[in-house]
Amino acid sequence: MDVLIWLIPVSLFLGGLGLAGFFWALRKGQFEDPEGDSRRILNPDYDEKPKD
Amino acid sequence: MSLAETPHPAACPACVAAPAAEELAAHAKLPEGPGTVQLSLPTIHCAACISAVERGLASTPGVRTARVNLTLKRVSIDTEPGTPVEDLIARIEGLGYEAHELDAAALSATETDRRGRDLLMRLAVAFFANMNVMLLSVAVWSGAEGVTRDMFHWISAAITIPAVIFSGQPFYASAWSALRVRRLNMDVPISLAIVLAVALSLWETSLSGKHAYFDAALSLTFFLLLGRYLDYRTRASARSAAQELTALEVPKAWRLRDGAEVQVRVNDLAVGDLVRVRPGGRIPVDGVVVEGTSEIDRSLMTGESLPVFAGPDAAVHAGEVNLTGPLSLRVSATGRDTALHRIADLVAVAESGRTNYNSLADRMARAYAPVVHILAAATFIAWMWVSGGDARLSLNIAVATLIITCPCALGLAVPAVTTAASGRLFRKGLLIKDGTALERLAEVDTVVFDKTGTLTMGLPEPLDLDMLSRRDIEAALALADASSHPLAKALVKAGRRAGLRPGPATDVTEVPGYGVEGIVRDERARLGRAAWVGADGVAQTATYLRLGSAEPIAIRFADSMRPGAEQAIEELRAAGKRLILMSGDSDAAVRDFARRIGIDEAVSEALPEDKARMVADLAAEGRKVLMVGDGLNDTAALAAAHVSISPATALDAARVASDIVLMGKDLSALGDAALTAVSARARIKENFTISTIYNVVAVPIALLGFATPLAAALAMSLSSITVSLNALRVR
Repeated sequence: MDVLIWLIPVSLFLGGLGLAGFFWALRKGQFEDPEGDSRRILNPDYDEKPKD
Repeated sequence: MSLAETPHPAACPACVAAPAAEELAAHAKLPEGPGTVQLSLPTIHCAACISAVERGLASTPGVRTARVNLTLKRVSIDTEPGTPVEDLIARIEGLGYEAHELDAAALSATETDRRGRDLLMRLAVAFFANMNVMLLSVAVWSGAEGVTRDMFHWISAAITIPAVIFSGQPFYASAWSALRVRRLNMDVPISLAIVLAVALSLWETSLSGKHAYFDAALSLTFFLLLGRYLDYRTRASARSAAQELTALEVPKAWRLRDGAEVQVRVNDLAVGDLVRVRPGGRIPVDGVVVEGTSEIDRSLMTGESLPVFAGPDAAVHAGEVNLTGPLSLRVSATGRDTALHRIADLVAVAESGRTNYNSLADRMARAYAPVVHILAAATFIAWMWVSGGDARLSLNIAVATLIITCPCALGLAVPAVTTAASGRLFRKGLLIKDGTALERLAEVDTVVFDKTGTLTMGLPEPLDLDMLSRRDIEAALALADASSHPLAKALVKAGRRAGLRPGPATDVTEVPGYGVEGIVRDERARLGRAAWVGADGVAQTATYLRLGSAEPIAIRFADSMRPGAEQAIEELRAAGKRLILMSGDSDAAVRDFARRIGIDEAVSEALPEDKARMVADLAAEGRKVLMVGDGLNDTAALAAAHVSISPATALDAARVASDIVLMGKDLSALGDAALTAVSARARIKENFTISTIYNVVAVPIALLGFATPLAAALAMSLSSITVSLNALRVR
């Protein structure tokens, strides 16, 4: 069971990474136009947003 | 945007558009310099639309960047200073899309966005923590022993404590504000259960005990936050749509100063200013006509469908629409002093009459919260006595009881149903502005309709055209073609539909406020108001035609019915509702219309006070009244009714006073709305029953001390999932 010493922190870290990723996406406004973003991907135009 | 901060008695506390309107009124300056322009694009729907609009705008001079938001159906444009918005709108309309300017001041939605993001963040943290602790708990449930179990409990504690402190804040804040005024709400048992469960589990863990409720505390937080978030989202989408309606009416006016016309905000106008109102424009302030003649459409203010004449020295009021000729007004009252705003006092009075409605959830919480506390406390005392003073055991059982009885499913039961039902109605074009509007709609037994603009479109249609001779019709069409008056336009449209052509006419000129005249077949011909043509007026809406010295002929008009109006009336009657028509229009017009649409009870020439009083009288008889209206004269009645609906074309004040706004033109959604409301209320009640059954089964187990953390987790998840699934059955 010694492996738990590694596995628990590793799984927590990975989960935390997902949570941090969600926060990042939220702050970047990636949930502001879900409808539009799903269509823009089909667009051949170069899209520089979000640029900052 | 806090509702508590609006100090005016006129603003109804329940409606979400009120703060937007207030904010709009407070906003005093035109935005200057480089700015973001927001346009509403109701017709965009595809990937190609996005790039067409963005590329089209990017090639327009004065535009820096443009970004379409398809979810909100808006485009925000970053412009150079001084770029006229009209150019941008014209550009988009040239591309084939509808565009309307939105007032940026009314759309300051950043505050609500921030709240939504905040809730979502707490929800994400609760979810993350819950999943991790669940995994650790599974190991404990499946038989981890001794040091391993203690380690798992300690790790769970390390995750749970910060997560619960962060995620549970909305509950703690709400519970504290209820306790401060010595009241109980749902959040008090919730907060108590979360805090006690964590505290007890920590104590147990430190004594290396067997049971810890960290996962229960977290699932409780997660499920309840989910309910809170759903609830918030429903309100936010209604609020943003209501704000958009307010923002569509950019209050601007053309001020005349030293012979030049300058566009200014209505709030910048002062008493004594000269204002120019173009034909087709809404009158922005109360005033007296100084120059020009025209006809005025007062239907939104009084319900009269007949346009009235306005010439020099005539008094006109904010909200009326100028029909034919340009008018110059001297401002006699602005802003809060206008007749439009004085009606607000009437609304305040009517509102105080509306009984304070207690939602089903409130009533349930009031009955439920004390029971939870008393039960938990009684369990603790009873077990203290049974076990001979074993505080640890007694507390364990008491906390298990508290967790199991905690209104987890109740917190989800109402929001899940309201979200499902208002989503359904939103797709049908109904915007639910108030959280309890659906429940109130389900109770309605009497429906009161306004006529002009509600059951009718406010668009006239000529009657008995075929009774006229071909010569008269052709002459009338030729004259009407030259005017933009609504009656003239209606005549031309009806003529075209009947396959009639305007006859030859020369020297056709419009005399604003009176009518049109010209030469038809070498004869002087006039089409217009009775007195001007030399005819005796009839009681109905009519225009009069005179050819040479012949007897004048009246062409009578009736208001065209709103699409779906007959169907809505039919469905409501089939549902057993009592229907009443209440209008400010003349007796003949109202009676004629009531017969056409099939309503038996009709009241005509009702003043705003009359309407409100009649609605109040019906309520005093114990009837639950649904008021459907659009005009200023309906506003007080809308506020006084048990629940109220207004079409999107209604005056801002009427929309603010009503609980539900009808977005499309079609009224047929009304019958559906009543059915959906009844079904939603049934689902809410079922959900209450389901969660009560769970409690009835689980509570005895908890009381006897057989509840384990596993049982608590199962009961909680199962009941939450059942109520959510049941909510989706709303139709």
